[in-house]
Amino acid sequence: MLIGQDLIRADGPAKVTGQARYVDDVRPDGCLYGFTVRSPWAHARIDGIELDPDFDWTDITVCTAADIPGENVVALMTDDQPVLADGVVRHVAEPVALVAGPDRDRALAASHHVRVAYTPLTPLMDPEVSAGNAHRIFRDDNVYSRITVEHGEAERVLAETDTVITGTYRVGLQEQLYIEPQGMMAIPRADGGVTLFGSMQCPYYIVKALKRVLGHDDLNVVQAVTGGGFGGKEEYPSIVAAHAAVLALKAGRPVKLIYRRDDDLRATTKRHPAIMHYRVAVDRATGKLQAAHVKLLFDGGAYNTLSPVVNSRAVLHALGPYACPHVKVEGLMVATNTPPNGAFRGFGAPQVMFAAERHMDRIARELGRSPLELRRLNLYQDGDVTPSGQRLVDVGATQVLELALKEAEAGLPASGVPDRAGGGGAAARVAPGRGVAIAWHGCGFTGNGEAALKGQADVAIEGDRVVIYTASTDIGQGTDTIFPAIVAEVLGISVDRVANADHDTATVPDSGPTVASRTAMVVGGVVKQAAEKLLAALQAEVGAEGAFDDLLAQRKSAAPLRVRAQYRDDLGLVWDPATYRGDAYPTYGWACVIVDVDVDLDTGEVLYRRLVSATDVGKALNPVLCTGQLEGGALQGLGYATCEEVVLDDQGGMRNNRLTNYIIPTALDAPEMVTALVEIPFSGGPFGAKGIGEIPHDVPAAAVAQAIEAACGAVLDRLPMTPERVLAALQES
Amino acid sequence: MRIGFTLNGGEVAVDALPMARLLDVLREDLRVTGTKEGCGEGECGACTVLIDGRAVNACLVPVVQVQGAAVTTVEGLAAPEGRLHPVQAAFLTHGGAQCGICTPGFLVAAAELLAHTPRPTRPQVREALAGNLCRCTGYQKIVDAVVEALATEAGA
Amino acid sequence: MITSHAPVHCPADLAEALALRAAHPEAMPLAGGTDVMVFVESGTLSPPAFLNLWGLAELRGVQADGDGLRLGALCTYTELEADARVQATAPALVEAARTVGAKQIQNRGTLAGNVANASPAGDSLPVLLALDAEVEVASVRGTRRIPMDALYTGYRKLALAPDELITAICLPARHPADVQYYRKVGTRLAQAISKVMLGGRLRIEGGVVTEARVAFGSVAAFPVRARTVEAALVGRPVDAAAADLVGADIKPIDDIRSTATYRLEVARRILQGWLAAVAAEGASSSR
Ligand SMILES: Cc1cc2nc3c(=O)[nH]c(=O)nc-3n(C[C@H](O)[C@H](O)[C@H](O)COP(=O)(O)OP(=O)(O)OC[C@H]3O[C@@H](n4cnc5c(N)ncnc54)[C@H](O)[C@@H]3O)c2cc1C
Ligand code: FES
Ligand code: FES
Repeated sequence: MLIGQDLIRADGPAKVTGQARYVDDVRPDGCLYGFTVRSPWAHARIDGIELDPDFDWTDITVCTAADIPGENVVALMTDDQPVLADGVVRHVAEPVALVAGPDRDRALAASHHVRVAYTPLTPLMDPEVSAGNAHRIFRDDNVYSRITVEHGEAERVLAETDTVITGTYRVGLQEQLYIEPQGMMAIPRADGGVTLFGSMQCPYYIVKALKRVLGHDDLNVVQAVTGGGFGGKEEYPSIVAAHAAVLALKAGRPVKLIYRRDDDLRATTKRHPAIMHYRVAVDRATGKLQAAHVKLLFDGGAYNTLSPVVNSRAVLHALGPYACPHVKVEGLMVATNTPPNGAFRGFGAPQVMFAAERHMDRIARELGRSPLELRRLNLYQDGDVTPSGQRLVDVGATQVLELALKEAEAGLPASGVPDRAGGGGAAARVAPGRGVAIAWHGCGFTGNGEAALKGQADVAIEGDRVVIYTASTDIGQGTDTIFPAIVAEVLGISVDRVANADHDTATVPDSGPTVASRTAMVVGGVVKQAAEKLLAALQAEVGAEGAFDDLLAQRKSAAPLRVRAQYRDDLGLVWDPATYRGDAYPTYGWACVIVDVDVDLDTGEVLYRRLVSATDVGKALNPVLCTGQLEGGALQGLGYATCEEVVLDDQGGMRNNRLTNYIIPTALDAPEMVTALVEIPFSGGPFGAKGIGEIPHDVPAAAVAQAIEAACGAVLDRLPMTPERVLAALQES
Repeated sequence: MRIGFTLNGGEVAVDALPMARLLDVLREDLRVTGTKEGCGEGECGACTVLIDGRAVNACLVPVVQVQGAAVTTVEGLAAPEGRLHPVQAAFLTHGGAQCGICTPGFLVAAAELLAHTPRPTRPQVREALAGNLCRCTGYQKIVDAVVEALATEAGA
Repeated sequence: MITSHAPVHCPADLAEALALRAAHPEAMPLAGGTDVMVFVESGTLSPPAFLNLWGLAELRGVQADGDGLRLGALCTYTELEADARVQATAPALVEAARTVGAKQIQNRGTLAGNVANASPAGDSLPVLLALDAEVEVASVRGTRRIPMDALYTGYRKLALAPDELITAICLPARHPADVQYYRKVGTRLAQAISKVMLGGRLRIEGGVVTEARVAFGSVAAFPVRARTVEAALVGRPVDAAAADLVGADIKPIDDIRSTATYRLEVARRILQGWLAAVAAEGASSSR
């Protein structure tokens, strides 16, 4: 059995020897380097673009909106975002012009000599006054998405219940911070078409976007080895690709557009900030939730991107994994003149689950119960009904909680405070604390998303090897290792004989995007089907039954044998996107996170000692890869909790747009982790697997907030919980 | 300016601006691209190389300062016949590399630790690797890999 | 990246370096480059020329200096951390060295570079102030020593003549009755720019403080001694309440990394914590 084994990752040897080729490692002859000229204003009219006559432009290519061969639009959910601003800019760092030159320094220098004349206009920066504002950014009301999920009679029950607990929670922007910045290369082909090669999650998004930009579909998109994505390379690379392509076509040469880190931080999408109001009725005697009314407000920034999907996932997860008979959740996603926010691991769930878990802590506080007891009383059980009306089966909430608690009993690593250089040694005054938080996460697309998308995968016999063709990219999560294991398992052959074809849209079918924790669970299932189909096709060709290798030996033809499978909707989900009623997700993952911290009482610093998690993954197809995802997600969650803060200037530009000031945890900041797995198989996933990519990010922040409160009494309802905020809360408590 | 140094055991000479970053000379002039750029300001460690046995950020070293020095990149860690360095091998079995962009830097930093500190504790490994940012792994498997590699090496 | 096209002077020895310094005062000295290269890359600085000190053997190594130590200008943090004499004389400096950046920076960055860079957030600076270090500077005109305390004259301004280079940092011998302290509060546990740091030294003789040095970084335009606090400490047993006077000595500001309020409060608290720990230690050891 290959499934469930720690097969060494397929791309591992190349990655540990420095041979793996990322986009910036490849340099075709005559390649130019691009740079993007961006708006310094949140909102302005463009009065003109001129080239400094004193600069030497001979080896520089410059493009503006006028150079776009097709439509000036980044095709995604709506067509509101231009490839290059034309006449008006709606957010700081919006692309206005492009330059390319023979090397990076020349391109950068040239960018300083593109003179854009602006008339600044008053921007709309406050999401709380955006909806319906006369200052229009998006359509006629600035609303990207408004969704209400309703079950029972929340308002009536809230009005009739004595104990109603209210709270407001705020979270800021978070940057994906893939270590490889955005990068794309456009290569004009001899046949008139163009090839895009770069760092990305979703090759077919780029195909879709570039067809419109170029005005033709003679293009193919190839994924380079990609240095992390976390959602940040879901939709944004379409813009980078469009820019590279427009430059390359004008220059008639390959153009490489690799973002500098400061540019990447200022320009690219982030996790949506949110303001979340909770009003929950509880029965004092039983501690059970009676009714909840939740209002969510998200800032989408100046263009829509995928914001409606974020709102959708947020409203569906807004109550956390707790049963409540009467629920009303209203989610509002609005526009402001700030850089667009977009996809990031969890898609709205980490925001709302911070609020939901903090609200449980608040209820516990007001009821005089322990946070853990309150959770145990309300956790979803089999047969409970979600706010959208979905009846839950195979609920793993209690199981992950009890397993995590058990794992957390084992010896806690000693506090690092006394040994830490510069940490104050014996003079440091710290208090330990523990927090426990629980997450649920709908796996895959919402509702019938998969049935509509019909993701495809091919598997082919080529010589004595089997080759898998999918558009599902490996961005570090290990898809290129897991798919061969699935195919080898089905065919009963050794995994070395199964390879992935390059993720090149010229040869691979559209498997759907690499997002929403869907790749292993959904596309993995399609790959499994394709492998089964291949076996059947081989049997039919040879006219015999038997083991794959025996059949292969009997095969007369040397021609490749290739079959295609498509997503089959046999789950029977019932979902109404108009009312948000029904089976919101095919299945749910469950996770419990227990964090042990030391709070420094003099500085408000939160020091991590250990993070224990238990997660229901359905089936761990490759445990090392699976726990690796969970640990990486957990640390992003801890960064979200205490250190990752995007500081904006008055134009909405990121002031701390360098790695020295946007603080993600180092190995010294990160805790030791214990990562336990629960396997409650999902019948719709290959070998029972569920999506696991996003759930680890959902509740570490909430667990940290609870741990801080346990340690020192400081109550924090806002992320990030920086030392400044912790110290202020400590002084208040 | 003509600058000569030893790269992964072989002599190289390049014509470069004296203030050119060693990182660019390696990647662009010598086309040795295993060393990565994640920030260009010394924060991420993706560009870590050894200069005379010490781990440094190649984005912060002007090439004029490596005249006559010995530079080792990730490409130079494995033995000449291809046998992986113990840290490389341990990264494979422990899942120390995910997207892999940080991996060369971690391997080089770990190689320095291996050379100077026998049997480090986990906190010592964390301190030695704190100049390398990884966004994928949460560091747990990287620390596991390095601790194991050093244990194997010490045992061997 | 922005590659500087500026020429780099590469002297073979200190004498040549000083001559070049006198002839080309506009050429920026370049030691480990960990500050300079960041400035160049970000476009903050584009000096017309550089003076590369990295190859100068005379500026390397730790030597005895009377009863004290002379740390060559090119000593890296890694070298300081590993040196037994530095560990014995200046444990607080070793501790500070371990908090600078992370390994790669400690392997390349130099102590004199930190001093010359004169960032208010330079981690070694409050310790050097607390230890009464002296900065040895040289030019074609000769050599002199500047007390740390008189080195900074304004934001990133040093009392150095345009033709001078720092050649060493000199530490006095450690007095047996001295306790030293270093505390860094940064943005994270490594690769962190300081929000506040405290370098301290108390000489306690017969239960009474006879000499006090309390220095802070990141709370003013340059690292400063808290003289009001120092004065209040001397002449009596260690009194943690002296920390409450710190507002008279430091005037922190809001910036991208922290707030004035936080910095002031944390400066007071960490100082108070240290003094309380020293007082408790003294109380228990005299029993
Ligand atoms: C990622 C990163 C993290 C960092 N973390 C920290 C930290 O935690 N704490 C901290 O304090 N600093 C930190 N720094 C800053 C820097 O590493 C230190 O200030 C270091 O000590 C500078 O030494 P250097 O030899 O690299 O100096 P260089 O960059 O070579 O020079 C710095 C300045 O000093 C001048 N100079 C150097 N030597 C002399 C001399 N002998 N005479 C006269 N002038 C001279 C130069 O002209 C220049 O102005 C960090 C830097 C980076 C890139
Ligand atoms: S690229 Fe050199 S440290 Fe990030
Ligand atoms: S493996 Fe992706 S950043 Fe470390």
